[in-house]
Amino acid sequence: MPRPGFVLDVDKSTPPILFHHGEGFRLEKLPADRTRVIYPGEPLDALDDVDAEIQRALLDPLDMDPLPTLLTPGMKLTIAFDDVSLPLPPMKRPDIRQRVIEAVLDMAATAGVDDVHLIAALALHRRMTEDELRHAVGDRVYDAFAPQGALYNHDAEDPDNLAFLGETKHGEEVEINKRAAESDLLIYVNINIVSMDGGHKSTATGLASYRSIKHHHNVHTMEHSKSFMDRHNSELHHSNWRMGKVIADAGVKVFQIETTINNDTFGDALPMSVLAKREWEWSGKDRVAFVGMQQGLKRLPASTKRKIFQGHRAPYGVTSVSAGAIEPVHEKTLQHCFDQHLVEVEGQTDILTMGLPYICPYNVNSIMNPILVMCLGLGYFFNMYRGKPLVREGGVLIMTHPTPWEFHPVHHPSYIDFFEQVLADTTDPKEIEQKWEKQFAEDEWYRHLYRTSYAYHGVHPFYMWYWGSHALKHLGRVIIVGGDKRAVHRLGFKAASTLNDAFEMAEDVVGRHPTITHLKNPPIVMADVK
Amino acid sequence: MKALRFSRKPGRYVAAGVAGRLAAGKGASVGPLKLVDVDDLKLPADDWVRLRPRLAGICGSDLATIDGHSSRYFEPIVSFPFTPGHEVVGDLEDGSRAVLIPILSCVTRGIDPMCGACSAGRTNRCGRIAFGHLEPGLQTGFCADTGGGWSGELVAHPSQLLPVPEDLSDEAAVMVEPLACAVHAARKVAASGPHQRIAVIGSGTLGLLTIAALRSEDPFGTIIATGKYPHQQGLAKALGADQVVSPRTLPRVVRSLTGAFVLDGGQLTDGVEVVVDCVGSEASLTQALQVVAPGGQIVVVGMPGHTALDLTSLWHRESTISGCYAYTRSDFERALELAQEHDLGRLVSATYPLSRSTEAIEHAANAGARGAVKIAFDLRKPAKAKR
Repeated sequence: MPRPGFVLDVDKSTPPILFHHGEGFRLEKLPADRTRVIYPGEPLDALDDVDAEIQRALLDPLDMDPLPTLLTPGMKLTIAFDDVSLPLPPMKRPDIRQRVIEAVLDMAATAGVDDVHLIAALALHRRMTEDELRHAVGDRVYDAFAPQGALYNHDAEDPDNLAFLGETKHGEEVEINKRAAESDLLIYVNINIVSMDGGHKSTATGLASYRSIKHHHNVHTMEHSKSFMDRHNSELHHSNWRMGKVIADAGVKVFQIETTINNDTFGDALPMSVLAKREWEWSGKDRVAFVGMQQGLKRLPASTKRKIFQGHRAPYGVTSVSAGAIEPVHEKTLQHCFDQHLVEVEGQTDILTMGLPYICPYNVNSIMNPILVMCLGLGYFFNMYRGKPLVREGGVLIMTHPTPWEFHPVHHPSYIDFFEQVLADTTDPKEIEQKWEKQFAEDEWYRHLYRTSYAYHGVHPFYMWYWGSHALKHLGRVIIVGGDKRAVHRLGFKAASTLNDAFEMAEDVVGRHPTITHLKNPPIVMADVK
Repeated sequence: MKALRFSRKPGRYVAAGVAGRLAAGKGASVGPLKLVDVDDLKLPADDWVRLRPRLAGICGSDLATIDGHSSRYFEPIVSFPFTPGHEVVGDLEDGSRAVLIPILSCVTRGIDPMCGACSAGRTNRCGRIAFGHLEPGLQTGFCADTGGGWSGELVAHPSQLLPVPEDLSDEAAVMVEPLACAVHAARKVAASGPHQRIAVIGSGTLGLLTIAALRSEDPFGTIIATGKYPHQQGLAKALGADQVVSPRTLPRVVRSLTGAFVLDGGQLTDGVEVVVDCVGSEASLTQALQVVAPGGQIVVVGMPGHTALDLTSLWHRESTISGCYAYTRSDFERALELAQEHDLGRLVSATYPLSRSTEAIEHAANAGARGAVKIAFDLRKPAKAKR
């Protein structure tokens, strides 16, 4: 029986706690009697027979007819699937998307459907490479569809392949992939790694254009999403739900297939397995493996470390497959997510600490640049709450990460300019949005790179910054431990050499003897703050 | 009278070149520049007057000469020995102050009729700079007969003098000469405008002043400036640049601002309409060619020397490079106004007596790295220094 997540009160006997630190780790002794550590739950039991569960979900969907009855000869069928940003780290083969898509295609073939397109729903993310597509859908599917041009990446800037479906009652324009919009049936295959994912957001964002996405990917929406991991209190999701209604009213029929995975991020094999263990339970062998890993990493150049970590594939177990109408499917999915991730926490803290790992949704097979560090910390990790933020208003966030002044030139060209020009001008999200967004979003060169190379859309770094806008407004100070000082300064944060230095710096803001909470993530944990 | 005098001593000039290559400003300690006692200068003609420098700035062209890397182009248009110093505010014999307009034009040389350029008021393009009753010299500060600002006294023709208003500090007044260069450049740019985007390469004295002058000539265009050091970046912004970036990032910024595409090898398909190069080095000119738009113009304000450039893009993109030398009297008059408006005395970072010329020149040669802008010699008597 897996143990649920829990809150540890640190005392003098608590061993040093493991902090992720990019492609490395830190062991930090935390102050006794005023610190707590929120541990993730152990991996929930995986489904014994995933393929059987997929069949069950497709044949007995929620609030829709069984999939085979929706498939008819001569119909136009589109299967959209989540892109390379999910899951993190990538999943060991076979990816759950592959298993679901293969099952759907078998049913389509049986029904005589031959007009099938598969689309990577990447919104404004970079295009997936052939290797990444093969990993997601499997070689059999890739070889059957890609050479015919029936398996491809969504293009949010292709004027010939976008369909305007109308506006929400709030005036939000809804424009999505034309092939998807004009299909007799759109099947969306997702991986709901966190509660932000899925639901109407899958289609309304994943297959949308910039014209449409900008209505919810903005500072106002993000400041009013508390948090964006809690869809019922998230303006981001409210907007996507409104758009979902416009999509449905336009006659787009969506058969949603959502899957959840457990917390088995690091597997059973040393040395990675030690990362999922609670420190006081480390065996002698674990300690030796960890020290060996640390020593080895210290000797390696950054590029080699990056290659090693980016090569890690997680042995996640699949915990649920749900199919049918979007809303009932998603409610069920959310429950599975929360079962794995939620930990009840009593009250807020003065200082929130977090160790940022080497990966976030936007640097798979890439470099975690400083903007992504900000986004992972102040966007994703800060928002891993339900109820209220883990840290009190005016409190301090301390993150550990090397934060190198380094960018992937192919994946993140507009990030470089954002960092060099925009953040040199201001770090205020509203000012950035008002003064700079249009120029980057409409830059023909970025558009060209997004469409033909493997670059994130020109506007993407802005969204990363907006993702952290709720945290920026809420926090009194942000400190990065062990980061490149120039890069940290450019982000508008303070740099500290050690965690103790950071605690001292934080006392200027929150006073002496502050309470501290460490969010020990990954594996994924989400706080249900009472 | 004490004067810093630059003599024709080839051996020392070569030594200065070697020292100057090793470390900027080191040419002063081994080269032909020496502090010497000199006799009072003869007035070249009856209408000439004596000017006693109060402050005399150290300019990039002075430094190039002292460090032995000036172009040989100048050889026939200077005369030895000369006393450098052409950025000068000084006292006239009647006690009033004046700034020096150092161009030695036809009228100063007693040439009648004047050349076409001088007749048209374009004295900076004078065609008789090595003729007339003066020894050769493109400006005061490079002519054996006139002396220069790095001394107790120089001689000047009345056409070379501009009265300094009572309320203008010496520090602001000594900035008028380089500011007049900047005004000249800004007027040249404005005459071909209006322009949407202008890049200014370099935020040394000339770059900063050019930004101020451009802003006053063209209040609406976007000015992007490069600044290597934080103080330069701050001043560039304060004087009117909309965006100040490190020299390394200029091509990226221009690409981003113009929405240009990038070809293999980093060439941009578009750029800014005007680049004002206030450095004049091979690197800055190469960058100017990289960021200028097809059909755009590069205005070279900083003094260049021997330079190797790939001009293929100039040909292919029909861009132009034009020089921008010095000023006219009208530019000077405008500069006097701007010096007051912008409180440019603040750009004088340090002053030295002539006796500490080696330190002064080293400081000037490394001004950016040392957080400074303009270094000048202070020739005022202590009691008058606060004026």
